Amino acid sequence: MFRFIVRRLLQLIPTLFGLSILLFIWLHRLPGGPETALLGERGTPESRAQIRESLGLNEPLPIQYGRFVKRLVRLDLGTSISTKRDVTTEFLQRFPGTVELTITAMLIAIGVGIPLGYLAARRRGSFLDQASVGGSLLGTCVPIFFLAYVLKAIFAENLGWFPSIGRQDPSIDATHVTNFFVLDGLMTREWDAAADAIWHLILPGVALASIPLAIIVRITRASVLEVLGEDFVRTAEAKGLTERTVRRRHVLRNAMLPVATSIGLLTGLLLSGAVLTETVFAFSGIGAFIYDAISNLDYPVLMGFIMIIAVIFALVNLLVDVSYSLIDPRVRVR
Amino acid sequence: MALLDVQDLSVTFSRRGQRTVHAVDGVSFTVDAGEVVGLVGESGCGKSVTSLALMGLLPRQRGVHVGGSASFDGTDLLKLDPRSMRDVRGRDVAMIFQDPLSSLNPVVPIGIQVTEVLVRHRDMSRDAARKEAAELLDRVGIPDPRRRLKEYPHQLSGGMRQRALIAMAVACRPRLLIADEPTTALDVTIQAQILELLKELVRDSGTALIMITHDLGVVAGMCDTINVLYAGRVVETARRKELFAGRRHPYTVGLLRSIPRLDAGRGEKLTPIRGSVRDVLPWTEGCAFAPRCDRRVDACVGEPPAMTPTHTGHEFRCVNPFPLVQPEEARA
Repeated sequence: MFRFIVRRLLQLIPTLFGLSILLFIWLHRLPGGPETALLGERGTPESRAQIRESLGLNEPLPIQYGRFVKRLVRLDLGTSISTKRDVTTEFLQRFPGTVELTITAMLIAIGVGIPLGYLAARRRGSFLDQASVGGSLLGTCVPIFFLAYVLKAIFAENLGWFPSIGRQDPSIDATHVTNFFVLDGLMTREWDAAADAIWHLILPGVALASIPLAIIVRITRASVLEVLGEDFVRTAEAKGLTERTVRRRHVLRNAMLPVATSIGLLTGLLLSGAVLTETVFAFSGIGAFIYDAISNLDYPVLMGFIMIIAVIFALVNLLVDVSYSLIDPRVRVR
Repeated sequence: MALLDVQDLSVTFSRRGQRTVHAVDGVSFTVDAGEVVGLVGESGCGKSVTSLALMGLLPRQRGVHVGGSASFDGTDLLKLDPRSMRDVRGRDVAMIFQDPLSSLNPVVPIGIQVTEVLVRHRDMSRDAARKEAAELLDRVGIPDPRRRLKEYPHQLSGGMRQRALIAMAVACRPRLLIADEPTTALDVTIQAQILELLKELVRDSGTALIMITHDLGVVAGMCDTINVLYAGRVVETARRKELFAGRRHPYTVGLLRSIPRLDAGRGEKLTPIRGSVRDVLPWTEGCAFAPRCDRRVDACVGEPPAMTPTHTGHEFRCVNPFPLVQPEEARA
């Protein structure tokens, strides 16, 4: 198991290398450049050239790439062109918010999706089954930002049950160590700060959870239906085991395999896709920052973001593979 | 009194817009304590559905209807509520299934699959159950049981898997064991070993056994009493010796004739029963076997044939049976 993990981590290096070359070339070939964003319409060809020169953008691409890699191995992502701030610092400040939001959304999707999918399969054809299948179709159809607005209007603005914007009430003078606000609250034992951070996570978390929830319900339902028809479930029933044992040990465990795979893929998707939800709830995650970086073609920020997402995506899927082998002895890793 | 008395068991599957299927259509038979009873017939005759009905394992849903009675030691298994049935299953009545690979959970170690039934019905602690499980595996002839307990089904051979399933079934010393074609998925040599093991276990523990099979060879080797099923009804029932000495029903004769024999002359052809199970007459309109029968007479159609009793207990459901003494057939 340990060797498998190490090997997979080593495999990650060439993958990231290839990805970074491709994206580096691609980004730099896009029309326009940071100088356009910096100067706007008033820019003269001379001033543009001057800025490109000062940013080192006129040098050949391989040399620029070499500089990028040199910094990267020191975990330095460079300086943002538009904000002039250190990219690594910016990420450390903003990315934890997005991670927290993604984790919340996945917890909601898994916590609700798996039981719902199981029940739908067990009571196939019942109202609950039809409602969950129909609901999950709706869940995948409704755009997340629309759902986010509706949730915010109803539960935050009208009913006032949840805060409508932000990650934490500014009036709480919370200490921030890691910028994972919930974790910070727990670490510094500022319980009210942690609770408030969780409170702020719920509405955007629900909005972001809608699509993964729908997908998990459907996959769980289909998978449970398949397992329920298996001979070994009949054997378990023939032993007179309690419903609970049959469900946990014999049905769910086998039905979880396809669900685990989808969870890995969905988590990566959410990390990069939380932008709209964050915008609606003025949630200071990575979203708005990346949006600006794209419109300004802020190369260092974009490259850094892509690299981080790629690493996280790979790690999550490694985790899925490991859990897969824990569930199913037939795919034990070597 | 018989340990199990099945009277007029019927199972129908109906679906809206489709003809109702009578999978089991009035089956009656008895099993005495410690007795080995065979249910014999070709695919689709209702053997497996009968066993699932007795175990309460038929899907509980609209369209599945179970009728009749199955009195086990005084309680009607068919009338038990699901919760009480869960207590009976695995403890008093246990079952062995056909395909040992698909009947074992691929992601749970053999050990847990054996111990779970002990923990459930015999209130054993996990440790005691583990010890007992190792003894059980040893008893069913699995070498190195302690190691095997930690292994998963895919690490065992076909014969080992069936032995493990048997261990699970006999774990609580049930009074009745139902084996549904336990050797069909196995090699011929392994088949013989498994049958031998079953025979031994049943003899040593006094467990009654219902042996469900299409293979009259299996029946000849182990059953005390044989029930031949056709289209959901028992068509002939007899003690083993009587049946092999003088079978009366044309279907039973047909089954025996279609078994390949080593002592048959060179080039001698097998005699299959013509047609297939699909060519049946509903029992209400006469003998279901009539469309495929060589001894068919006019009286076969119209009235459903009744069981004809004889003084030896040999019964058959036929209006034109083979005569009792039939030297040519008796030799078979």
